[in-house]
Amino acid sequence: METVKIIEIKQSVYESNDKEAEKLRNELKERGIFLLNLMSSPGSGKTTTLTQVITKMKDKYRIGVMEADIDSDVDARTIATLGVESIQLHTGGMCHLDADMTRQGLQELTDKSIEFAILENVGNLVCPAEFDTGSSMNAMILSVPEGDDKPLKYPLMFSICDLIIINKIDVMPYFDFDMDKCIENVRMRNKNAKIIPISAKTGEGIDELTRYLSEKIDNWRE
Amino acid sequence: MHELGVVFHIIDDVTKVGEENSLTDIQSVTLQLGTVSTVIPSYLKDCWEWAVKKTELLKNAELIIEPIEAITFCEDCKSEYDTIKYGRTCPNCGSGHTYLVQGNEFMIKEIAGS
Repeated sequence: METVKIIEIKQSVYESNDKEAEKLRNELKERGIFLLNLMSSPGSGKTTTLTQVITKMKDKYRIGVMEADIDSDVDARTIATLGVESIQLHTGGMCHLDADMTRQGLQELTDKSIEFAILENVGNLVCPAEFDTGSSMNAMILSVPEGDDKPLKYPLMFSICDLIIINKIDVMPYFDFDMDKCIENVRMRNKNAKIIPISAKTGEGIDELTRYLSEKIDNWRE
Repeated sequence: MHELGVVFHIIDDVTKVGEENSLTDIQSVTLQLGTVSTVIPSYLKDCWEWAVKKTELLKNAELIIEPIEAITFCEDCKSEYDTIKYGRTCPNCGSGHTYLVQGNEFMIKEIAGS
């Protein structure tokens, strides 16, 4: 008769990804690549915001963009018209990217001398928060129509971000969105995140955003 | 929320341990799952049933889930309470300065195999 062995593992399901992410982060630091992991709900204006940011920053840094979507390449094509390399990562139905998928994406970028890599994560405020991608910075966009109470509903996402961009402030008069309340709600779960209100449509706040990103990129690459 | 994705992570981790221990047939995998871990046990089991069939080592493996109750601590009145029932606001003093003590665990506890 075969004996059944019990093997104790006691390891978090996320642990192997966390280790892989830490390894990737260290490699990117060595290579002088700043990786921004950009997260948000669908329709918050990730691609429009990136269009503004890339237009302002592409002369200063070599930029590569990875668009993660379950299907289609509309976002990658939009970004490619800006003259920076852009690839589409199809997650095949998965709701988030992990460190392995991010590494594969970085390998697919043909420009090996990029300085600023942007990962546009799957539009989702739940799963991407659980999986460290190996990024240098976690950022998210919250748009005004989504409501100032979003930080209360998706606390993990708001607690893991270094930068929270509040987009579509141009339409604030039409929504019951209280900016002070929103910031207070963010602070309940994250005392340190940088908060920058913008309108990707009118360009308001974009200068502050690109200044902040430039400072972080330069620090990372020192 | 992302049950299928995490099932693949678990299969990868368990396969590695199984191979290191020269197992050829894993009969069960035991997880410890917090009740506010964002993972739904019944969905996890459905994904598990589907995914393990595609593997050799785990095709007969049963998924055993041990739940861990969610408890929140209030920093203002120093009391502990049931997270599922009261959420982030302390039922004793109404404070929002609270943090989760346990309940978001998602651990692979052990495996049994031969």
